[in-house]
Amino acid sequence: MENLENFRKETRAWLEANCPPEMRRPSQTEDDTCWGGRRWVFQSDAQRQWLERMGKKGWTVPEWPREYGGGGLSRDEAKILRQEMRALNCRSPLDSFGIWMLGPALLKYGSEEQKREHLPKIAHGEIRWCQGYSEPGSGSDLASLQTRAEDKGDQFLVNGSKIWTSYADKADWIFCLVRTDPNAPKHEGISFILFDMESAGVSTKPITLISGASPFCQTFFDDVLVPKANLVGKLNKGWDIAKYLLTHERDMIGGMGGTTENRSLGQIATDTVGTDNGMLADTVLRGEIAAFEIDALAFRLTMDRAGDMAKVGQAHPAVSSLLKYYGTELNKRRMELVMSAGGTDALEWEGERSREGRTARAWLRSKANSIEGGTSEVQLNIIAKRILGLPGA
Amino acid sequence: MALVLNDEQTMLRDNARGFLAKNAPIAHLRALRDKRDADGFSRALWKNFVEMGWAGILVPLDYGGLGLGHVEAGVVAEELGRTLTPSPFLSTAILAATAIARAGTDKQKKDYLPRIVSGDLIATLAVDEFAKHHPEKSAMPATRAGNNFKLNGAKTFVLDGHVANLLIVVARTTGKAGDTNGLTLFLVDLTAFGVRAERTPTVDTHNAARIAFEDVSVSAENVLGKIDAGWDVLEGVLNVGRAIVAAEMVGAAEEAFGRTVAYLKERKQFGKAIGEFQALQHRAAHLYCELEVTRSAVLKALQTLDDSFDRAGAIVSVAKARAGLSAVLAVNEAVQMHGGIGMTDEFDIGLFMKRVRVCQELFGDSNFHADRLARMNRY
Repeated sequence: MENLENFRKETRAWLEANCPPEMRRPSQTEDDTCWGGRRWVFQSDAQRQWLERMGKKGWTVPEWPREYGGGGLSRDEAKILRQEMRALNCRSPLDSFGIWMLGPALLKYGSEEQKREHLPKIAHGEIRWCQGYSEPGSGSDLASLQTRAEDKGDQFLVNGSKIWTSYADKADWIFCLVRTDPNAPKHEGISFILFDMESAGVSTKPITLISGASPFCQTFFDDVLVPKANLVGKLNKGWDIAKYLLTHERDMIGGMGGTTENRSLGQIATDTVGTDNGMLADTVLRGEIAAFEIDALAFRLTMDRAGDMAKVGQAHPAVSSLLKYYGTELNKRRMELVMSAGGTDALEWEGERSREGRTARAWLRSKANSIEGGTSEVQLNIIAKRILGLPGA
Repeated sequence: MALVLNDEQTMLRDNARGFLAKNAPIAHLRALRDKRDADGFSRALWKNFVEMGWAGILVPLDYGGLGLGHVEAGVVAEELGRTLTPSPFLSTAILAATAIARAGTDKQKKDYLPRIVSGDLIATLAVDEFAKHHPEKSAMPATRAGNNFKLNGAKTFVLDGHVANLLIVVARTTGKAGDTNGLTLFLVDLTAFGVRAERTPTVDTHNAARIAFEDVSVSAENVLGKIDAGWDVLEGVLNVGRAIVAAEMVGAAEEAFGRTVAYLKERKQFGKAIGEFQALQHRAAHLYCELEVTRSAVLKALQTLDDSFDRAGAIVSVAKARAGLSAVLAVNEAVQMHGGIGMTDEFDIGLFMKRVRVCQELFGDSNFHADRLARMNRY
């Protein structure tokens, strides 16, 4: 415990000395989030410095081993780092699918060469990754995917198309599920491969969403050649990796809460509808907000508890489905309340006052939370089958 | 503190579960009900609780208790919730023991706590005056008469009120209904002149009473805590009661849920187990999530009472509100998913519905606690 307290002191001192003041203000636009990659244009010197300093410490990926660019911190130390960053309002130095999704999968399933090649570049924000999972014909039924990778000696020949590929048009590399045995049962003919998005035959087309943004693409592979050394794990055993990675994706999505608004729901509503005897004048809305806050706090505690249970070996492997289902439904509820509390202010789509309709766009964006990474209904299926043991699920 | 039970707490849970399954299963509650037991609980079973130390679970070691924390008391309450066991655990070991240990003078503690530990004293809290819990609206007056106070009025929903030897009565010494200032706690003997208890057992076959006070004289030495300033003590006692009742609801809800999932696997219609139908699978899976999320809040509330008692109000309200809502959902889904058999008295599942309804109401229902949280957060 004493060591942890020392670690906390040192961490705070280091953050105070090294986190530029500009990086301690709440994000204003999407570009304030640093995603890294070959083509990343830093918003400011401060953003670059912050990434470099944290990358050197290994603190962009605090719990990864040091030899792969990580910080080698224990779970408790990493928690302290997060707490201290929150306390100083430090922005995340680097957000990436490499950190949240591919990294954990490579640490578990990758070869030594693959780990040494890819993990440090993720940690330092040099390579930006995207995820090739869903296809136009394979959404919830992901294992029915049709993108083929044919054996051509030293290489695979990849043909097909992926959809909902987040930031594919900005990514450098893709981790991709492909069918390597079309004759096997659907779960047993899938492999997990990595390739450069600059490879010949790769093209992307952004999809405009209801929020007006285009974070997702359709991605096309037309006779793309991929070296066999880029196969992760065993041939035709990609589904296990896919599922493992999905649990990390679900944790990430389940833990997302909108950060577009710094005021609490109670404060937003107070600003728009006013108070009566110190209580929100709209009593029905007041009740809804209070009920939401109760559930939101209980859910945050459930994320903590899931971590604590994992530490003592009591976690159920399907707990990520619980967190994903509950967290995303909660976030949608929150955004509905943000809209209710904001009233007509929240409806603005353009203009400086609304920062180009930030609230309305975030509300629309939240609707994808319970679809992406496995729908709420898929999570309930998983819970029914794997936790409750209900038949035929 | 990690949000998991430690080894000792896990052992306590396992022992309690084993003991209650053997000695106080739901048949025990049925037997008390069916013979219209005058006490409404088994004194023999309470003696067993005393022997295991449960009556003094929160009582400090100096007074012969186990001196354990609220997490441990919650562990026992959760197991009592699984078996729906009626006992003076909540009234005596939780409410009265907390009030006296936290606010009592040395003499009061010496007089009462060892007797709670030894099972010689059944004690309870008399706070509610209305159909809905609103402790600050307590209006029952205690007027000064020389060195004494005179109590006049009535208290309702007093747990174990007709079998208690000692009442901790909340009465108003100054101010008006709605003021948190001006409330005082009094220790009153149930046999005192002018005290009349009317047994009003609740829908769940647990004990409650309406107690009328007519010119009941209480001496100044039987004031518990400070005159006019009883609110802080009362809030603390109520917070403990709320968290413990939330833990009891977690136990009752999980037991009802476990029985329901088992029934979904066993009951066949249309040639297959009804648990194969997605309409029921999704409802069961959703309910599982609700109960897990509630469990986190309840454990955190109990831990906060142990770590920083005076700052536990908000998390206790979160826990009690969540426990009420998810336990009510659990028992309603349980009866619905059991179908017709769930409506029969012979089948146990309806008994869970009855107990949870009472627990939801005890010390403030979910709406009360949502309102309380909104006030704390100033909206």
